[in-house]
Amino acid sequence: MLCDICGKKKATVHLTEIVDEQMSEMHLCEECAREKSVQMEQQFGLADLLAGLSDFGKQVKNVPKVNIKCSNCGLNYDDFRKFGRLGCSLCYESFKAHLASLLKKIHGSDRHVGKTPVKIPHAERMKMDDLQELKNQLQHAIQVEDFELAARLRDQIRELEKKEEQ
Amino acid sequence: MTIDDFIKNTGQWLKGTGEHSNIVMSSRVRLARNLAKRPFPNKARKKDLEEILSTVHETVNEIEHFKDSIFLKISELDNIDKQFLIERHLMSHEHAANPDGKALVVSPEEVLSVMINEEDHLRIQVMQSGFNLDETWRIADSVDDALSSKLDFAYSIQWGYLTACPTNTGTAMRGSVMLHLPALVTTKQINKVLAAISKLNFASRGFYGEGTQASGNFYQISNQVSMGHSEQEVIQNINGLIRQVIEQEEQARQALLLQNKPMLEDKIFRSCGLLRNAHIISSQETVELLSMVRLGVDLGIIKDVDRKTINELFIMIQPAHLQKIEGKKLTATERDTKRAALIRQKIDGG
Repeated sequence: MLCDICGKKKATVHLTEIVDEQMSEMHLCEECAREKSVQMEQQFGLADLLAGLSDFGKQVKNVPKVNIKCSNCGLNYDDFRKFGRLGCSLCYESFKAHLASLLKKIHGSDRHVGKTPVKIPHAERMKMDDLQELKNQLQHAIQVEDFELAARLRDQIRELEKKEEQ
Repeated sequence: MTIDDFIKNTGQWLKGTGEHSNIVMSSRVRLARNLAKRPFPNKARKKDLEEILSTVHETVNEIEHFKDSIFLKISELDNIDKQFLIERHLMSHEHAANPDGKALVVSPEEVLSVMINEEDHLRIQVMQSGFNLDETWRIADSVDDALSSKLDFAYSIQWGYLTACPTNTGTAMRGSVMLHLPALVTTKQINKVLAAISKLNFASRGFYGEGTQASGNFYQISNQVSMGHSEQEVIQNINGLIRQVIEQEEQARQALLLQNKPMLEDKIFRSCGLLRNAHIISSQETVELLSMVRLGVDLGIIKDVDRKTINELFIMIQPAHLQKIEGKKLTATERDTKRAALIRQKIDGG
């Protein structure tokens, strides 16, 4: 089989593209495939994709510079946008506002549901236990239709969650 | 145990046993974990990496799950050994590329492995033979608990496990299942199935890893999203999807048998005949023929070869494996000859 692009060399790379649920196949020689992959990286590089997501709806090229640095590892938010990798766990704190919308766009949610480490700092666990306890009480209040109590609990939960986010 | 001992055996996940092992090769769970406050590997200096490495190494040594495991510093491995571990699905190309401060821990039978300082400080991998994601998750969960009772993992109540790439944040878990789908490929229904899978937010990749075109009719299907659903929910979702794909493949196999059994048998026996008689063979041709023979074994058309032998051959016929077996460097032509000899020896019709 000959290459679909140059039609001269033997096709050794077989590419499947899905665009709008339409699947198409391409058979390329190594040289043309390399060129194609450079093009694709330019279009779909992960870093660009992430940057595109975080500034959804804006022209990526004209994104204003964000001058924030992680206080722990020194990573610039702009460098994160370029390379798509965070520098340490505290980057999540330093870039919190920006990351919240990005995470939501990637995962469709910005709330972790799932397991917790066996060992987490005592203060964090206390906060979590309080919150969980309040949530349990809220569930119970709703079940017994004590809406006055439920509303009070809801406000307390909001308060705690707000504190946590700061 | 040393790296050379690996060659005498293959991983537990190739046994060819477990639920639906006629279609499902293996189940895998991967967890990404990082130490709190320490720079992620991409931002870490050599000194940081060495410190993280020794912290993790010490902890691993104290944990029962890692009893009799082998610990390998990537910088101490030669190119063939590195390629060998990649071929065995124990580490990534990325892990081999910049070896400084990186290591790999592998448990006996290769059920459990940990890449240290890959993209994240720890990449925990558990693999099992057949369709067995529940058990695979159970093992990964308990290894993670053991580690997190000794190490301070980067974790936030709101966002879960914090990873270098935000696409992994949350549970930082990928569950994946490796499927052999020759009938869906032959009946040209595979594209429809793959399109549906990607629409449901699952990813599919080939047998030989990230960014590869599916080879030998193998497809690895995994979850893409890691936040907003618990690990168990994600596992259940993958299970549900995989059950449907298995059913489609079963139906396609029955349809092939019903429509044109002689043609199918001819294709299978010819593939087997070629493998039993070839003296020079490329890996691409081998993989295609092995896929047909595996289908023949699954359908009871080929009776004198077992599934484990075929599964193992998919791994053993790769370049670094052939060179490890031979104990020296081989040229491409020498490998093609060695490969054919190995196959003849393994599936000799007698």
